[in-house]
Amino acid sequence: MNRRLLIASLAIAALVLMLVSMLTGPAGLGPVQSIRALVAGGDEAAMLIMREIRLPRALLAALVGFSLGVSGAALQGFLRNPLAEPGIIGVSASAALGAVLMFYTGIAGASLLALPAGALAGAAVCVFALIAIASARASTITLILAGVALSSLAAALTSLVLNLSPNPFAAYEIIFWLLGSLKDRTMDHVWLALPLMALGWAALWSSCRALDALSLGEEGAAGLGVNLARARLFIIGGVALSVGAATAVTGAIGFIGLIVPHLIRPLTDRLPGNLLLPSGLGGAALLTAADIVARSAIVERELNVGVVTALIGAPFFLWLVVRSRREVF
Amino acid sequence: MSISAQDVSVRLGEREVVHGVSLTLKSGQVTGLLGPNGAGKSTLMRALGGQLAHSGSIMLDGEPVAQMQDVARARRIAWLPQSRELSWPLSVENLVALGRLPWHGWRRTRSPADRELCRNAMQLMEVDALAHRPADQLSGGELARVLMARAVAQDTPILLADEPAAGLDPAHQISMMAAMRQLAGRSRTILVSLHDLSLAARWCDRLVLMKNGRVAADGAPGAVMTKAVLARVYGINAEMGHDECGMWLAPLGLTQGDEAR
Repeated sequence: MNRRLLIASLAIAALVLMLVSMLTGPAGLGPVQSIRALVAGGDEAAMLIMREIRLPRALLAALVGFSLGVSGAALQGFLRNPLAEPGIIGVSASAALGAVLMFYTGIAGASLLALPAGALAGAAVCVFALIAIASARASTITLILAGVALSSLAAALTSLVLNLSPNPFAAYEIIFWLLGSLKDRTMDHVWLALPLMALGWAALWSSCRALDALSLGEEGAAGLGVNLARARLFIIGGVALSVGAATAVTGAIGFIGLIVPHLIRPLTDRLPGNLLLPSGLGGAALLTAADIVARSAIVERELNVGVVTALIGAPFFLWLVVRSRREVF
Repeated sequence: MSISAQDVSVRLGEREVVHGVSLTLKSGQVTGLLGPNGAGKSTLMRALGGQLAHSGSIMLDGEPVAQMQDVARARRIAWLPQSRELSWPLSVENLVALGRLPWHGWRRTRSPADRELCRNAMQLMEVDALAHRPADQLSGGELARVLMARAVAQDTPILLADEPAAGLDPAHQISMMAAMRQLAGRSRTILVSLHDLSLAARWCDRLVLMKNGRVAADGAPGAVMTKAVLARVYGINAEMGHDECGMWLAPLGLTQGDEAR
């Protein structure tokens, strides 16, 4: 498929889904009324709903989806493994742990931004540990094993916090957050996450050449003048920034970063560097769609979007495994 | 452009694999690198390509290879690794075009000149008909030629090819060596590791034989390929002779006794 056509179609799909997302909700606003409230103001209640509730929600779905799609594509290219996903380096689990600690200590109640700040701190600890390991001239496989270890440790500590949580309500709150949701987010969340995500995207974008060269393996890439140590730093750092920021504002949302690169790859020339942008746009479209389903699947009861992505993702993953490995990537 | 190694030693982990090798490769020559498995051929080649830390000096026209910027080095030395690793089923065309990567900016756009170089490289390696095939649907020998075309497309004055002819049928082995001669004719410096003695003797200007990390013999094929040298380096008895195309060799058996090996 032509690259420009692919990118344009995915961008249009994402925008249309964002629009549908903004027209979806329990308030019962009509399409015309919604758009008028969003753009021109007018009716105060409608304006508040559109600008303070639905707009940040749609924006965050797209931004988080984009981050997960780009990060998944970059990590699969970097590790030359189609089963890689952003969570593999431990950033999402560490961010979740940071947020859970905020719940546990009660700081979460003090400010709306305490949770994301805690999550970012968790992600930062993880990434500094990884970078320390990476800069010691470790191989890629060491880096991944370290990521898996950090991920397991963070998950274990999260379980410990749950175990020690003072009352069932606190535990319920933590579990609910861990499921991942876009509910009740504000523009503050958008402004907190966007700069970090954008920095992450830029770091990944600057690694396109390295990702392409890595199609020939690490030796082949080194022969093409790729500085592997620098590429490792930029890719791990870029994934950490964008996925850390995403997890900080929405909780852990799985499978988008795994599935989307697989869905999009056959439509591209399969050069990993050329997969980043389409995969990001695909991620934005898919998470926005999942969030619409999360809100409209069951009447008067909202599902967590993380649950929806896992419900779509796990069977898809199974299908990937069953289908011939060759056809997949 | 010439590349020159002075007293180069390379350690891999605890083990020193290359001991004090000195070697100067001249432009316009195809140099064959021979020796038994584990003699240190690939390690020496990786060091020459600036990919391994080493003691001693490796100079490219007087500039130390180890201190060159990664991209600047990749614009002067193309290195074809022995492993034929390929992570994604890229089309042959895109795979060969990866050779142009050191010449690209971050936007990775291919110029008409890039396309021309890739086309020429594919023609030279006789893979132009495969241009649109996914590389995972190629035979081992076809992939070997495509990867060689990738290295040729890098368009560098120095080409280090690690066993490019392994797994090729006799006709393609010959055309691969002919292609290297052609490249050397365009004043390139070529080092190629080989296991086929006749192929090496017929097509290389100079042969360097290694054993246990040291240069065991170095010179024109006629001077180096003697029964005594082959017995000493490989531990084989070989018959040899000359025909209208050059020298031929046939390994017939192992020499007896441990001191020969």
